[in-house]
Amino acid sequence: MSAPLLEASGLDLRFGAVRALDGVSLDIHPGEVVAIVGESGSGKSTLLRVLAGMMAPQAGHVLYRGADGAEHQIGALSEAAKRRLMRSEWGFVHQNARDGLRMGISAGGNIGERLMAAGGRNYAAIRGAAADWMARVEMDPARIDEAPRNFSGGMQQRLQIARCLVTEPRLVFMDEPTGGLDVSVQARLLDLIRGLVAELGLAVFFVTHDIAAARLLAHRIIVMRQGRIVEEGLADRVLDDPRHAYTQLLVASVLSA
Amino acid sequence: MNAMPPRNTPGSAYNFAYLDEATKRMIRRAILKALAIPGHQIPFGAREMPLPYGWGTGGIQVTAAILGPRDVLKVIDQGADDTTNAVSIRAFFAKVAGIATTTRTAEATIIQTRHRIPERPLTEGQVMVFQVPMPEPLFRLEPRLAETRRLHALGDYSLAQVKLYEDIAKQGEAGTSYNHPVMVAGRYLMSPSPIPGFDNPKLHNSPAIMLFGAGREKKIYAVPPYTAVESLDFDDHPFRPMRAPHACSACGSTTSYLDEIVADDQGGRIYVCSDTDHCRENQTP
Repeated sequence: MSAPLLEASGLDLRFGAVRALDGVSLDIHPGEVVAIVGESGSGKSTLLRVLAGMMAPQAGHVLYRGADGAEHQIGALSEAAKRRLMRSEWGFVHQNARDGLRMGISAGGNIGERLMAAGGRNYAAIRGAAADWMARVEMDPARIDEAPRNFSGGMQQRLQIARCLVTEPRLVFMDEPTGGLDVSVQARLLDLIRGLVAELGLAVFFVTHDIAAARLLAHRIIVMRQGRIVEEGLADRVLDDPRHAYTQLLVASVLSA
Repeated sequence: MNAMPPRNTPGSAYNFAYLDEATKRMIRRAILKALAIPGHQIPFGAREMPLPYGWGTGGIQVTAAILGPRDVLKVIDQGADDTTNAVSIRAFFAKVAGIATTTRTAEATIIQTRHRIPERPLTEGQVMVFQVPMPEPLFRLEPRLAETRRLHALGDYSLAQVKLYEDIAKQGEAGTSYNHPVMVAGRYLMSPSPIPGFDNPKLHNSPAIMLFGAGREKKIYAVPPYTAVESLDFDDHPFRPMRAPHACSACGSTTSYLDEIVADDQGGRIYVCSDTDHCRENQTP
């Protein structure tokens, strides 16, 4: 297997007396989908934010290998370099589409923004790419000039994914991408993400408390509790043969209809 | 404390050009800094001036700071020398600085302007002073000023480009007929002040110094002579300066920027040069 895309080691972060991250180490390899599951307050969102460079850990470091082979210490990057990374090789899908989209700007503008940030100055090419990506996330390209507020929650989430993937990033962070959507919409969205991830060979690091979503998407699952990784392994192994008592509890808690 | 009699005679009531020397030095420092970083907004301690915000307090302070006894001042408002704002500011400096004023672009060393650049090409040694209502070009796009400063620092102008995209998507062309943002020396995005897009190309590689003063927002910025100034556009939708497709009904010019004037209540209208000095020159060969 090739060298990891992202390597984190010995991450520590406390909020007062709360240990949000307690000696967390993990690797993400190219093309790998890693789900991180755990209850609320287990530190999974904090971990996501630290890995994505949005928050600095108190100890430990995060290393990212760029497309050019260069190694970047995320903590040591300038804000300009971080932004460059964030809009070229990385993507971030927020739980709430409103955080990831510009609500007053048309769907095409939203998708095109990343292309323009990357230096795209050809209107027809940007618009073409936007329409193409709308089709790829199963939206009607005829609605390219509509503002996101006219779209349903599921549509907004699709739009956010299109906006994120238009520059063909290598690593995408997702924070509960299906949270707050009803189950049928969730299922279709998960299906879409799975298709795109396989097609583009993306590495995805996503946070969820939905075990079913983790099973459907992830190659590998990391279980967190109280800031610590308690179990880690291939998705099927972790879910079908959980070893840690907490994982067993988590898997047993899933309701089946 | 001060035993001096009130100095209220016209000759000695004001320091030369109204502002005290310490204030002028402060403004000159801001101007020098602005010239050193073309297009970058420099904060300065704007003073209360004897006219309301929005009437040119920024421009008038810049003019006061650079004015010397041998300068010849021209003031234009929307291209015209004879409108209230232009006449008042000209009279103001004639009174508080005792300098010569003119309406002729060719004779002026300093031209304070609201919303136009003269038609006659500017020359080396001339200084344009723009009155700026809102210096921040990203103002309508990003409401947080701290964030706009970060975007300037990072050179991240995708927001402005997105705005342009939206305009073209909705209207088929760039929607800003005035105050169209420009890139200065390939680095900073700058508001050219509300001049028509028609005047944007005049900023590019101009031999004159361009100074911009925003009094309410307390910012000064500048374009030094011979600096590249490009209007924001797309490769396949290049920026097009717009002009009414008519001839001036006073001088017949087909190249100058025109004002549309409603002539009667039957929908009739005439077009005349917005630059009154240029129009007068054309009429007297």
